[in-house]
Amino acid sequence: MIKIHNLHKSFDEKVVLRGVDLDVFDGERLVIIGRSGCGKSVLLKHILNLMQPDKGYILVDNIAIRKVGQKDLFFLRKQFGFLFQGAALFDSMSVAENVALPLVEHTDLSPAEIERKVAEKLELVGLPGTQDLRPAELSGGMKKRIGLARAIVMDPKYVLYDEPTTGLDPIMAASIDKLIIDLSNQLKLTSIVVTHDMQSVEKVATRVVMLHVGKIIFNGDVQALHQSDNAVVNQFVSGSIEGPIQPKPVKY
Amino acid sequence: MIEQISGFGSRAIRFIQQTGEVFIMLGKTVNYFGQLWKNRSLVFYQMYEIGVKSLPLVIFVGIFAGAVASVQTAYQLQGFISFNYLGAATSVAIFIELGPVLTALVAAGRIGASIAAEIGTMKVTEQIDALESLAIDPIRYLALPRIFSGFVMIPVLTIIADLVGILGAYFVAYMNLDLPPEIFFGSVKDFFTIMNVMSGLIKAFVFGGTTAIIGCYVGFNTSGGAEGVGQSTIRAFVLSSALILLNDYLISVILF
Ligand SMILES: Nc1ncnc2c1ncn2[C@@H]1O[C@H](COP(=O)(O)OP(=O)(O)OP(=O)(O)O)[C@@H](O)[C@H]1O
Ligand SMILES: [Mg+2]
Repeated sequence: MIKIHNLHKSFDEKVVLRGVDLDVFDGERLVIIGRSGCGKSVLLKHILNLMQPDKGYILVDNIAIRKVGQKDLFFLRKQFGFLFQGAALFDSMSVAENVALPLVEHTDLSPAEIERKVAEKLELVGLPGTQDLRPAELSGGMKKRIGLARAIVMDPKYVLYDEPTTGLDPIMAASIDKLIIDLSNQLKLTSIVVTHDMQSVEKVATRVVMLHVGKIIFNGDVQALHQSDNAVVNQFVSGSIEGPIQPKPVKY
Repeated sequence: MIEQISGFGSRAIRFIQQTGEVFIMLGKTVNYFGQLWKNRSLVFYQMYEIGVKSLPLVIFVGIFAGAVASVQTAYQLQGFISFNYLGAATSVAIFIELGPVLTALVAAGRIGASIAAEIGTMKVTEQIDALESLAIDPIRYLALPRIFSGFVMIPVLTIIADLVGILGAYFVAYMNLDLPPEIFFGSVKDFFTIMNVMSGLIKAFVFGGTTAIIGCYVGFNTSGGAEGVGQSTIRAFVLSSALILLNDYLISVILF
């Protein structure tokens, strides 16, 4: 279980998170929605202590991730898979080396076993046989899926997906959605999915929260999301221009 | 006035803080030296990148530095001291000063800048975050092999620069002064002391480490996209060149 309490984060003058409270329960698929730039990626990075809050704390299985030493921090991080929004593949390495890296670093598996595991995960994300390609040779959507393969190669307990389906065609997006659901069902893992894609929200979410101006303004299931009487939530869900959120006027 | 003082003050504090951070990074890296063998494939790769790939440049610079040293020394000896001592005078200059300093300066350009650019790019494309998220310490994975290779390979390159430097010096002496090899190399040998070579290698060791550490530190602290990476590259080069010259002075004062 992950407990986020009263999280505040600013960059210089810019306040991004202003008191986020959120509990993530074991086995659920929590979807985080919110406008572009509202701090979803920043929030995810705090969970792994890749960024440190100005105020507030995060408990992972009752351990304050901010407070532990490096050894324990790495122990906790090994239970996480993190799919970065930009995939963050190591561009000096091939696809196979990217996916294999955590196995090479943290396990005693033989090269043959590692190769087999890598092939299995690549198959799972729909990119079998891409082992020898370099990240520069991949399309954006392919990078995303390799990043996903790398994130799940250690069979983590928690997986954080930062916009897993952006940049994918609808068919591939649907298959990644299915993969997220299958993984969470089969391996009983806990998923946090950040997305803009309302179709994915419908399919994937067991619970939805919406982040807006630095706070959680909605927390409930998909049905509640549609029935919400919060005007901001309604506008986001229906994607309309009219409403309390005004797209910034374009300056010429 | 007050503003200027406080501006200077905050810059001084920033400087002290950054110096502290560099030493903390060095400390963390040295802490991992026990795991060098476990990370040997990374280490060997960087030794190759830093050492072997710098060879052509170092040989080129070494030959010409030796040649210039020879010409200059001959000019200064002319009419005062016998050219029989040319070999000695040139080789001492090469061992103590030219070999290590020029090798390190060339390396600062090539190695320091490339380390900063590579790690800086990884930083701004979230690859450093990705390492962290995979529970891999970037200090061990990236800094350790580079800093270790800096410490080890710059002295090796310096020895090579020393050797080709002396050959370059002799070549000029032979072409211009018709100095026979026995005389030139004889005087090199007569005035050869281990101390001279060692002091050069101590310098090279310090310079090599400094260059790699600065490259890593600047790389890890890169922000702001491609432009930031460009600035880091320049910063690494300027900082490490300046530190090489400063250290050169300090070590010379301590040793001689
Ligand atoms: N390292 C950083 N330094 C300064 N500002 C940052 C940094 N990271 C994020 N921000 C700022 O924090 C805000 C939130 O960024 P974040 O990437 O979390 O948005 P997001 O909700 O993930 O948006 P998107 O849906 O477009 O990915 C942005 O306004 C961004 O400018
Ligand atoms: Mg984001």
